[in-house]
Amino acid sequence: MTDAAQNLTEQGTTGVSPRTQRLKARLRARYARETRFRWYGRAAIGVALAFLVILLGSIITQGYTAFYAHTVTLPVYMDPARIDRSYPQGANFEQIVAEQQIRRLSVQDDEQGTKASAMKALLSSELKFQAAKMIARQPGLLGQTVPVAAPLSDDAEMYLKGKITRDQPEDQRRVSNAQMDWLDRMKASGAVRAHFNAALFTKGDSTQPELAGLLGAVVGSALMLMVTALIAIPVGVGAAVWLEEYSPRNRITAIIEVNINNLAAVPSIVYGLLGLALFINFMHLPRASPLVGGLVLALMALPTIIIATRSSLKAVPPSIREAALAMGASRTQTVFGHVLPLAMPGVMTGAIISMAHALGETAPLLLIGMISFVPGVPHAIDEPVGALPSLIYIWENASERAFHERTAAAILVLLAFMIVMNAAAVLLRRRFERRW
Amino acid sequence: MIWIFLLLLIAFAVLAYVAGRALAVRRSRGAKSHSRPGQHGLYALSWVGAPALAMLIAASVFSTSIEQQMMRAGAPDSVAQLEPFRREAFFADARLVGAGQEARQIWPAPYAEDLPAEGRRAHRIAATLNWGGGVAALIAAVLGGLFVFTRIRPDLRARNKVEGWITGVLFACSAVAVLTTLGIIFSLVIDSLRFFSMVPITEFLFGTKWSPQIAIRADQVGSSGAFGAVPLFAGTFLIMAIAMAVAAPIGLFSAVYLSEYSGKKTRAMVKPALEVLAGVPTVVYGFFAALTVGPALRVFFNGIGDMLIGGPLNGLGIYLSLVQNQMALVAGAVMGIMLIPFVSSLSDDILNAVPQSLRDGSYAMGATKSETIKKVLLPAALPGVAGALLLAVSRAIGETMIVTMAAGLAAKLTLNPLETVTTVTVQIVTLLTGDQEFNSPKTLAAFGLGLTLFVVTLLLNIVAMRIVQAYREQYD
Amino acid sequence: MKSRIFRAPEGSSTGGASEAATLSTAPAVGAHASAPLGPIKIAARDVSVFYGEKQALFDVSLEIPDKTVTALIGPSGCGKSTFLRTMNRMNDTIPGTRVTGRIEMDGEDINDRKIDPVLLRAQVGMVFQKPNPFPKSIYENVAYGPKIHGLASTKGEMDEIVQKSLKRAGLWDEVADRLHSPGTGLSGGQQQRLVIARAIAVEPEVILMDEPCSALDPIATAKIEELIDELRERYCIVIVTHSMAQAARVSQRTAFFHMGKLVETGDTEEIFTNPRERRTLDYITGRFG
Repeated sequence: MTDAAQNLTEQGTTGVSPRTQRLKARLRARYARETRFRWYGRAAIGVALAFLVILLGSIITQGYTAFYAHTVTLPVYMDPARIDRSYPQGANFEQIVAEQQIRRLSVQDDEQGTKASAMKALLSSELKFQAAKMIARQPGLLGQTVPVAAPLSDDAEMYLKGKITRDQPEDQRRVSNAQMDWLDRMKASGAVRAHFNAALFTKGDSTQPELAGLLGAVVGSALMLMVTALIAIPVGVGAAVWLEEYSPRNRITAIIEVNINNLAAVPSIVYGLLGLALFINFMHLPRASPLVGGLVLALMALPTIIIATRSSLKAVPPSIREAALAMGASRTQTVFGHVLPLAMPGVMTGAIISMAHALGETAPLLLIGMISFVPGVPHAIDEPVGALPSLIYIWENASERAFHERTAAAILVLLAFMIVMNAAAVLLRRRFERRW
Repeated sequence: MIWIFLLLLIAFAVLAYVAGRALAVRRSRGAKSHSRPGQHGLYALSWVGAPALAMLIAASVFSTSIEQQMMRAGAPDSVAQLEPFRREAFFADARLVGAGQEARQIWPAPYAEDLPAEGRRAHRIAATLNWGGGVAALIAAVLGGLFVFTRIRPDLRARNKVEGWITGVLFACSAVAVLTTLGIIFSLVIDSLRFFSMVPITEFLFGTKWSPQIAIRADQVGSSGAFGAVPLFAGTFLIMAIAMAVAAPIGLFSAVYLSEYSGKKTRAMVKPALEVLAGVPTVVYGFFAALTVGPALRVFFNGIGDMLIGGPLNGLGIYLSLVQNQMALVAGAVMGIMLIPFVSSLSDDILNAVPQSLRDGSYAMGATKSETIKKVLLPAALPGVAGALLLAVSRAIGETMIVTMAAGLAAKLTLNPLETVTTVTVQIVTLLTGDQEFNSPKTLAAFGLGLTLFVVTLLLNIVAMRIVQAYREQYD
Repeated sequence: MKSRIFRAPEGSSTGGASEAATLSTAPAVGAHASAPLGPIKIAARDVSVFYGEKQALFDVSLEIPDKTVTALIGPSGCGKSTFLRTMNRMNDTIPGTRVTGRIEMDGEDINDRKIDPVLLRAQVGMVFQKPNPFPKSIYENVAYGPKIHGLASTKGEMDEIVQKSLKRAGLWDEVADRLHSPGTGLSGGQQQRLVIARAIAVEPEVILMDEPCSALDPIATAKIEELIDELRERYCIVIVTHSMAQAARVSQRTAFFHMGKLVETGDTEEIFTNPRERRTLDYITGRFG
């Protein structure tokens, strides 16, 4: 290696100029810093991705158990002495079933009937409604023994799903050793069976976790999003078209533009306050209704839709406008006949994404009253409903542990909807994306 | 009912279009028409449809409040004397009865007798309002039609008129944005003014005691409640600071790595993952904070505390072993995670706006990548990054669900991240989701807090956007 | 001793740079050409550059003498800038770029894996088309290189380097009283001279210039050209230029590129008065380009 050549390689400091020696002396430290810096970046990304994995992982591990449930099917002797033919709802079916089941398991009950009560605690109140419904429909079943199927209570469910275990001290858990034994025996005998939890998707909210479903909230959210989409998309697109294609360059336009940018950054809870003060207290629209919720979300989604629409209108090259105008088309004909159709894929992509965002928005819903318990499934836009995100909030606050897995399941359902919407947006973009 | 009117209205509008078109064809026979028949049709349509639609919207917006006024005005004395919320419940049942459904509540003697009559009255009122709105809309449509059909002539500039309508509607759409801002300001300011008439603004802004509980009886001790919001501001600030301490370095470093180091492949994998993190609703982060991070951190600190007890740091050990789930650190850390993608994507944009020529200049001097980033790119991007961080701060301050679910309610004036603190947004939710009484300072305080929040975030946004804008223009 | 150091790519046999190569004195034409040409500083052999699938440079072989201004000319997209960037491995910074062939500086292949691009670039400075001073003070701009390379151990030494570099770049008199105001506040021509000062502050041996005057007005251009001529005494200078007049004014050697290939090379005077290739003639007479 020649003298000159050595000037450029990292190794070897003999016989090179002092300047080069100096450079080389620092090089190792400089590269060490370089490597360190690169690792900071990698670490930052690693941490961010780890958070994502932990977040999703913790929700999935907490929530997947809510997608299956256990049903107990028991032969019940419909005792005519204890069930009133004309008013079967009044009969204490749970007690009747629990006592019969205790006897069937050959457990000796004491005088207070504590064993029967313990058995009763394993059954859901749904059992009563099922049995009463059967008798009401077929009074002839009285005096016979018929199989009745019903969910287990939330505590029993928690044991069967391994969320309550025998390792915990007996006085600190809600299922006793005896109850655990019974459940094990009933499971072994086939009386208790696990299955897909369809009720989660077919029922409305309930105060009892084992009966609570998401349908009411899903429908509520859907109604609300419908209102939002019907208002926000036309108004947002209209505003964007005006700003991009019609607006004169004057003060009013400038004010509107600044306004839209600022609205996009207003905290969502402020929109909740607006909804409460304007729509409920001033206009007396019905509290907690999809109408009010949809209006509030529409106002929130508006800036996003306007901004997305404007950028896709901007992407349409001016040559298209000039060509149409040169053919004698008026401005309106140009915009609605040529520019807007070309911008439509971008507009729809932006609209879907902002709808997905609105679907997950929670804080304003709490302020307009979507925080109270709403049983059943809504069917109108002017009656109180629950929405998916507010239901998540309500369930998270519930004291029953069984609601926790359902909260996580509700989150998974919400995320699934959002993923579907975002995927639709991405597909739309891929399918129709145009490069000018 | 409104749907029927709406359908009717659409039918009218279509009719108007067809008639307008036909009329234009007939009247223009022989003469050269300025606009095409279809444009005359649209012109007729707009004059028939728009006034009627405006009428219908106005009717449906105001009918509820008019109906309530009328129900209240004509109520029998026994009902009128009920407490407001019982009275509203009675009216709600009366409406149900009027619509042929069953009442939800069981009403005792005097009301039970009134119920059927009130039900009929409610039905009558509803019908009157419905028909009234509908008929008003139809009259508007007919008047509009009469006006427009006399004007259709060959020399009518129908196209320009229709386009005028369209421009007007589009402008109205843009005006919605301004109206929203005005709506926010008015609804916040009016109720805030009422609040400040009860609680002096100086006490609100500088008072250090927050306990909005109002006694039920006036003679109860502490009936006035305390509305010093400083502990809320401190709590908000603490959680925001923790969030930024998490989000700023991680977001910034990942942006630097993504924009300067990573290959296309890494970028294509990491960016969508960060977008997923950004798309997760805040209520989900709240759940994560309350049920996963909170307990985990509590176990962690309690464990450290248990180890320290009995040692030289006994006091600290006892403190740590008693730390609760709802510490500021939990809400702050999770909020920081939420903000990572926000900071990262904004900083990424900003770094990409630094011209390539500066990078080239630095590399050509023999600088390494990290030297170029630290000594050229970051200083050049500093204003932009500062703007981005300010936007993130504004987000953190306004964020509601994470703190509502994971921070506490105790208004403590502390900067200790292991303590439970409360924030402005938490208090807004708490004050407005319990039992509400209007005109009580407790409810109105939420609007005072809302106004403060709005003003602060607005100022932050304006400043941040100015900075970012100026930064971008510098390199345009 | 070889008389033709600058080899045309076609038709000439390989001449080794390893052979001790010194340039014969160029024919004395005009003031510029009268200066003696130095020994070979850089020798490129069969250099090809690929951007992904696309080949931007085809088998270019060229020898560049020290203490001389060599101009690379040709229509845009002809590969002259690409070739310039291979000489300090700036192409490394563009992902997907591949360089084949040998580029020897003082006899060593700079594309060798053992070569450190950081050290290489400390020896081969570069000036870009658009003046790109860093958003720092004038002083900080010039001190940037010495700082990262650790060339000054005291503040006094650094002051000296800054002053010397600014003087050599002919900027000292204009900025001596405002060394700490931002470099981006200078005029375009001053900015370009600042960038040159920044480059010579690390005492490179070679300075590459990529159309250094294309963003400047004629007066600023004249100053830069004057400066380039002065710098020739100390450095090996390679300049890419669009303007044939500029090439004629500042350079002693010229290489003409077309479609990624080196068409012809020789003494500037000769290229402009008596080109061997038809394409060169067409280009310099303005028939395309």
